[in-house]
Amino acid sequence: MTEYALEMKNIVKEFPGVRALDGVNIQIRKGEIHALVGENGAGKSTLMKILSGLYPVGTYDGEIRLGNSLCRFKNIKESERSGIAIIHQELSLVRELDVMENIFLGNEIHKWGVIRHEKAFMKAREALQRVNLSVSPDQIVRYLGVGEQQLVEIAKALLKEADILILDEPTAALSEQESGKLLGILKSLREKGVTCIYISHRLKEVLSIADRLTVLRDGKTVCTLDNAGITEADLIAHMVGRELSHGDDGEERTVGEVILEVQDWSVYDEATRRHVSQVSFSLRAGEIMGIAGLVGAGRTELVMSLFGAWGIRTSGRVLLRGKDLSLVNPEDAIRAGISLVSEDRKRFGLVLIQDVKNNISLASLEKISRRGVLDANKEVRYAEQYAADLKIKTPSVEQVVMNLSGGNQQKIVLAKWLMTEPAVFILDEPTRGIDVGAKYEICRIINELAKRGVGIIIVSSELAELIGLCDRILVMHEGTVAGEVNGRGATQEAIMHLATGNRN
Amino acid sequence: MEEKHLNLKESIRNNTRQYTMIGALAAIWIIFTFLTNNLFIDPRNLSNLFLQTVTIAIVASGMTLIMVTGNIDLSVGSVAGFAGAVAAVLQVRYGWNAASAVAASLATGLAIGAWHGFWVAYSKVPAFIVTLASMMAFRGAILGVTGGATLSPLSESLKMIGTNYVAPFPSAVFAVLCVAAYVGFAVRKRARRVKYGFAVSKPGWAVLKIASLSAALGGIFLIMIMNEGIPYAVLLLFAVVLIFSFISQNTVFGRRLYAIGGNADAARLSGIGIEKNLMRLFMLFGLLVATAGIVMTARLNAATTSAGSNMELDAIAACVIGGTSLMGGEGTIIGAIIGALIMSSLDNGMSLMNIDITYQYIIKGLILLLAVWVDIATRKK
Repeated sequence: MTEYALEMKNIVKEFPGVRALDGVNIQIRKGEIHALVGENGAGKSTLMKILSGLYPVGTYDGEIRLGNSLCRFKNIKESERSGIAIIHQELSLVRELDVMENIFLGNEIHKWGVIRHEKAFMKAREALQRVNLSVSPDQIVRYLGVGEQQLVEIAKALLKEADILILDEPTAALSEQESGKLLGILKSLREKGVTCIYISHRLKEVLSIADRLTVLRDGKTVCTLDNAGITEADLIAHMVGRELSHGDDGEERTVGEVILEVQDWSVYDEATRRHVSQVSFSLRAGEIMGIAGLVGAGRTELVMSLFGAWGIRTSGRVLLRGKDLSLVNPEDAIRAGISLVSEDRKRFGLVLIQDVKNNISLASLEKISRRGVLDANKEVRYAEQYAADLKIKTPSVEQVVMNLSGGNQQKIVLAKWLMTEPAVFILDEPTRGIDVGAKYEICRIINELAKRGVGIIIVSSELAELIGLCDRILVMHEGTVAGEVNGRGATQEAIMHLATGNRN
Repeated sequence: MEEKHLNLKESIRNNTRQYTMIGALAAIWIIFTFLTNNLFIDPRNLSNLFLQTVTIAIVASGMTLIMVTGNIDLSVGSVAGFAGAVAAVLQVRYGWNAASAVAASLATGLAIGAWHGFWVAYSKVPAFIVTLASMMAFRGAILGVTGGATLSPLSESLKMIGTNYVAPFPSAVFAVLCVAAYVGFAVRKRARRVKYGFAVSKPGWAVLKIASLSAALGGIFLIMIMNEGIPYAVLLLFAVVLIFSFISQNTVFGRRLYAIGGNADAARLSGIGIEKNLMRLFMLFGLLVATAGIVMTARLNAATTSAGSNMELDAIAACVIGGTSLMGGEGTIIGAIIGALIMSSLDNGMSLMNIDITYQYIIKGLILLLAVWVDIATRKK
């Protein structure tokens, strides 16, 4: 029997209302690069959070073995001490400090509490050499590129004598050249005996570097494969599996005139990085259009910018019913008839400390007021009507939103935007993290709205859902539209093919 | 529709904070009454206590809304002093009549509020810094306009805002109307809640609650009437509390302020113009601070260079004791008023007891700390 460096057995992790991991098994051999693949929401990140101690022992079921010893990590420090280092998708460097300070953060080289700068400098330089990074240890991190920052993170992990390195989407923000360099370094680390768990959506990369692969789907291990003779298509088939599509009642909708037209739309952030480039599409009244793509493909940035809520600079034109829109802020967008359900309901959707009715009326206070004075009766009537229509389960509309389940919270966000009576309704990951019943309910509402002639755009990572719901699906890759597929009869394989960078 | 009733436990839990605060205030009054041989409970003293509370309470009403949006204003002492000094200078040096001097003073407050709003809302400088700067700058400006001297006396018509009383009989009529209005309002509110199927407390408890609050309100009026009548300044405070409570609970503007403080991102994505609303709030608050400055100056019958010192700290303490969250999103006007009453009761009681000012400050500081700790500790559960 092979000696595994790491084994995770029957891991089960539940969040309120959702079973994120359902008996996951994974074995990692010593000194291999092991890729972990799966669709968004398959449970990869949750699994790694358990391994790194972010979800402490007791909050999950199952066991973790490192070599022969059973691990019960209570926090990140404990997993680090056992030689596990995780490098998150969002970098955790302090941007205002220099490279050396970041490398030794929390582990400063000191004597009587006084930092020994020379020694730290020398050690940092050595560490940077190990990852082939030629920047000075006293360079401020803010001025480094994303790829270089990633390497600093790896150098930092190696200095902690990590022998299991977990990389969560390390190349998502990197250029092709930078990714190539990073992969080269991982290979050289493998030769030095470092074990690596590699999470990525870029299947080509995965196949070029991994020794073995484990595929997760819906919180379960699908299979573990040796990387020999596997094709991208095989992987996609494993990732996607067979799933029932829902929300489609078979009833035909009549699609009307073009309501929203987007022409050569580009979006830039503060650092003038372009997140969306030259996107064009049009949407008809009563049409449901999906936007698919991997994490970081620019889907959220695109729809948020169409709502006036993202990007420092935009170029191109957006026409609503043939009229040019200048989208400066959400206030204008809402007034023009565009509403958006954002992907992060707790951060962007709800005022958690307020009650159901306040949250529902928040975007349409004009409707329940006269000359700036609220009509409490009217507000209650509206809130109760939406709560009934959307089957929101709450003791009363005076219930504080914080105490409700994810599915009900999401319905409250939907109710808020339905109350604005939009002409174009954009939903970003509307079914993320909610139970099946609520999902079905939300799909039903979307269908119903489309029948009433609302133009609908849905961003989702759940391809089965998009296929079941949408008339057509735009597939994005690295900020551009990689292609478009018809909703009816589209296959998940075809969408993944486009989303991973293969144009049709 | 059938009435849904809360049991006693639920209705206490829903209002823990209010009950604790009222209980604390009552306890403080009882202790001082005992320690001062009933001197504290004397109508003349209590009436005086209310008058002392007015300026802090006026400022605290607005400060609550500022803190609800997650901001703070450290400049109110200096700005109130400055606005009062403007009124005094115009009257004492230039012989303006009371109405024009008050108008000029209010305009000054409004302008200062706009200045704060510009920096906080549009230039994104933290309110702490913007108003700390104003705290220093306007303390200097007071010296500038008064020439470093105390300006007095004011004309009778200006002074009366801080020193005169409504005669006992009209006071009594006003008191009866107020209590009647409160009862009517409370009954209507309960009926509305029943109509929409919200849970309400049992009829017996509701009657008891309305009756005891009416008694408390009536008692406060009675104390003042037993002295010389309702002071103009207290009347002004009543108006401020009503207006600001109305703004906070019944207007679109108020609702937006709470949303901004509760989750600024969600508010922005719901189409709420954060800059615009903060600007309006700071302007409104400037007006309110000037009002407090006028009352303060009128009561002292003079503008002094140190007028209003530490007012911001008392006002913030009042808000915090009254349950306003420093993180934003939570707070009530009436809570802040009770907080202000607690603060000035401590001042008043300890002065009556002849406690050394050294210990007065120390005790007040510790009580503030204790009050917030109790709040945090009870909220965890």
